[in-house]
Amino acid sequence: MAKFLLLMNYGPAANCDVPMDQWAREDIAAHIRFQQDLGKELAENGELVDAQGLAGPELAKTVTFTGSGTPVITDGPFPESKELLAGYWLVDATLERALEIAAQASAAPGPNGVPIGQPIEVRELMSAPASTDL
Amino acid sequence: MSETVEDLLRRCAPQVLGVVARRFGDFALAEDAVQEALLAAARHWPVDGVPDNPRGWLVQAAVRRMTDLVRSEAARRRREDEVFREPAPGDAVDRDDTLVVLFLCCRPELTPASAIALTLRAVGGLTTAEIANAFLVPEATMSQRITRAKQKLRGASFALPGPDEFAARLRSVLHVLYLIFNEGYTSSVGGALHRTELSGEAIRLTRAVHARLPSDPEVAGLLALMLLTDARRPARTGPDGELVPLAEQDRSRWDRALIVEGVGLIMGALERGAIGEYQLQASIAAIHDDAARAEDTDWPQILGMYGLLERMTGNPVVSLNRAVAVAMVHGPAEGLAVIDTLDDRLPGHYRLDAVRAHLHEMAGDVPRAVAHYRAAAARTTSVPEQRYLIDKAARLAPPVPSTGGGAP
Repeated sequence: MAKFLLLMNYGPAANCDVPMDQWAREDIAAHIRFQQDLGKELAENGELVDAQGLAGPELAKTVTFTGSGTPVITDGPFPESKELLAGYWLVDATLERALEIAAQASAAPGPNGVPIGQPIEVRELMSAPASTDL
Repeated sequence: MSETVEDLLRRCAPQVLGVVARRFGDFALAEDAVQEALLAAARHWPVDGVPDNPRGWLVQAAVRRMTDLVRSEAARRRREDEVFREPAPGDAVDRDDTLVVLFLCCRPELTPASAIALTLRAVGGLTTAEIANAFLVPEATMSQRITRAKQKLRGASFALPGPDEFAARLRSVLHVLYLIFNEGYTSSVGGALHRTELSGEAIRLTRAVHARLPSDPEVAGLLALMLLTDARRPARTGPDGELVPLAEQDRSRWDRALIVEGVGLIMGALERGAIGEYQLQASIAAIHDDAARAEDTDWPQILGMYGLLERMTGNPVVSLNRAVAVAMVHGPAEGLAVIDTLDDRLPGHYRLDAVRAHLHEMAGDVPRAVAHYRAAAARTTSVPEQRYLIDKAARLAPPVPSTGGGAP
């Protein structure tokens, strides 16, 4: 068994370029319900290791060691970041199944219930060698 | 060696489960009841002493718990469609249902992950917490996985498969045991020590199967493979938990007793005729373990075995291992030619690069070896393996001086 981190960023999605704080109330509620249901489904399948949302980039700090004793702390994420992590799911599953879950997560509903198509990045966790080698 | 309470409980677990599942005709619920009886025994016996009839004590405790469970409304509803097709015969406590429970837990309709979890709990007598810990997932997740697996077994008959089905179903059982062993063995590098118990558990369960099917050569082959592989465990890691490849291991640290037992098992199995893939893998392990030094390894014989195994399984990973044997017998260029035929069947697999790197290094082509070691390191998902591959590249290539920052 392998573990996969499914990463979701803030920012424009395939079918929606309006940030969530500008949606209709019922669309926001439906979106949040969808995310909660997905987490519950993964837990009931025995696949969920963890799922968390991250506080916004407004609260981010970046720390850099510069060699002079005091690290430099700046407000905000990496200055070059175009993508900002919004949250993640950590699942214990096969790659095939991880991709299925990511597709489900990408179809979370947006304005008027249309699936927004937020890209989901799938990253495998480093672990022991795959037990299917031979 | 006296048996600990824990050992005794684990040995009794599947037998007690058999009795209770037969009496009530509800495997899923019986499994929960037995788990609770085991937990109660683990609490009481170390304090009050082990009862004269431990199995009877456990059956009684599980039946009491089962009665409570069956009385509850939810259980009654569930039971209506969970009665096994098998009529429940009398529950003679001397009956041994270990194999029956094992075959049930390894049914092909379960995913490997589910079969492994259920086997460890129902046959191995491990707690959900222990299993969750071994697989590094939350206990609630593992508990749910086991519950789901048991739901999938509704209506499955509580009996050994018939003769026409037996061989195929035994293959599923052996595969699950092999996966459990491998999970523990592969994680023994890099210090994930609590997971290595899985290898010991797999060996214990395979011994139990071998004791009940002593004339089956593949069961003996799998047990031999596990013992011959596990024998090398002490030499597989360096002082800092780093991976030590077979050719560089200190062979004096191998476990001779395990090797002797494994070789005895595989010799006995091979005499019985029907050669299977576990016997072949065990034979290869035995040839490796038989060499006092790496350079004494009988590669021509290993090459022959991999040829048979490749024809039998069609597994491209076997072909990749055969490429190494080809290189050892006929030289690295021949081995590389075999690997070139595997790109389509193992697309992007890090071991293609790792083996290519190794063979280029053998051939003295340092730049190619370094490039492939780095490519393999970038693709592996194994921490110790990555460390090993980066180290191989670093040993061969001069370091690139840093210019002190700027653009990455």
